[in-house]
Amino acid sequence: MITLSHYLVLAALLFALAVVGVFLNRKNVIVLLMAVELMLLAVNLNFVAFSHYLHDTAGQIFVFFILTVAAAESAIGLAILVVLFRNLSTINVDDLNSLKD
Amino acid sequence: MIDFSVFVFYAFAAVLLAAGAGVIVSRNPVHAALWLVLAFFSGSGLWMLLEAEFLAISLVLVYVGAVMVLFLFVVMMLDINLDRLREGFWRYFPVGGLVALLMVGELVLASLSKNFATMGRNLPAAPADYSNTRELGMLLYTQYLYPFELAAVILLVAIVAAIALTLRRRTNTKYQNPAQQVRVKRADRVRMVDIASGETAE
Repeated sequence: MITLSHYLVLAALLFALAVVGVFLNRKNVIVLLMAVELMLLAVNLNFVAFSHYLHDTAGQIFVFFILTVAAAESAIGLAILVVLFRNLSTINVDDLNSLKD
Repeated sequence: MIDFSVFVFYAFAAVLLAAGAGVIVSRNPVHAALWLVLAFFSGSGLWMLLEAEFLAISLVLVYVGAVMVLFLFVVMMLDINLDRLREGFWRYFPVGGLVALLMVGELVLASLSKNFATMGRNLPAAPADYSNTRELGMLLYTQYLYPFELAAVILLVAIVAAIALTLRRRTNTKYQNPAQQVRVKRADRVRMVDIASGETAE
């Protein structure tokens, strides 16, 4: 019998995996964005699992809106990335320090 | 006898975690994007198991169909130096692993509480004619109508922002100006010349 705990533990593992991904790929903006998408997937999994086990559809509505906002976020993020690459010819986070200097 | 849904859960969960690991360690961003596609697919399978059919389908359509294609476009468009991006890849792994372990520990401790293990066990199963899509639609178009319209506005803003950011005016290309083409008058293009017979126009 699969309980809510199973899903919560799975989502926790996935989220932690994405956090490790942020640490490992700290120079590569594209993979950083992908790790953020993984985190969102873990959070959405939690929402859907709670919605199922509480028989409350509001959780699924929330996931719907998260999906919308996440799609908008990744579209704008990738657009910023393209502009960045056009101007600096790099996406290495270490090179993006013009505000620091 | 093991329940089939248990088997399905563990199969999708294993694939999901493996794909997540693939996303974060693969050397090539294209491979990372493809692993992410696999992760979304297995996530969608799990949602199907949770009877959230509409969201499972829209996850595949929206993420795999649109967002990941966008990612692949951008990854392939940029000419990136992978070796520089991989420098010191494992350097922060101990710190990151420690943070992740702490997080997993705390979350698992919280998730294994008795309340979650028994939650929803005594609730009746959904009736046979239950439609997840209809249920979501009923809520979205009544109770959540304003948030729904706000979401539409957010998408519009995203479209405008993405285009405004990436649009660039090239000055060295020849292009047509449709407004001018439409506005043109007969007098701008045709010049009537009176020519008496037997003479030539100058």
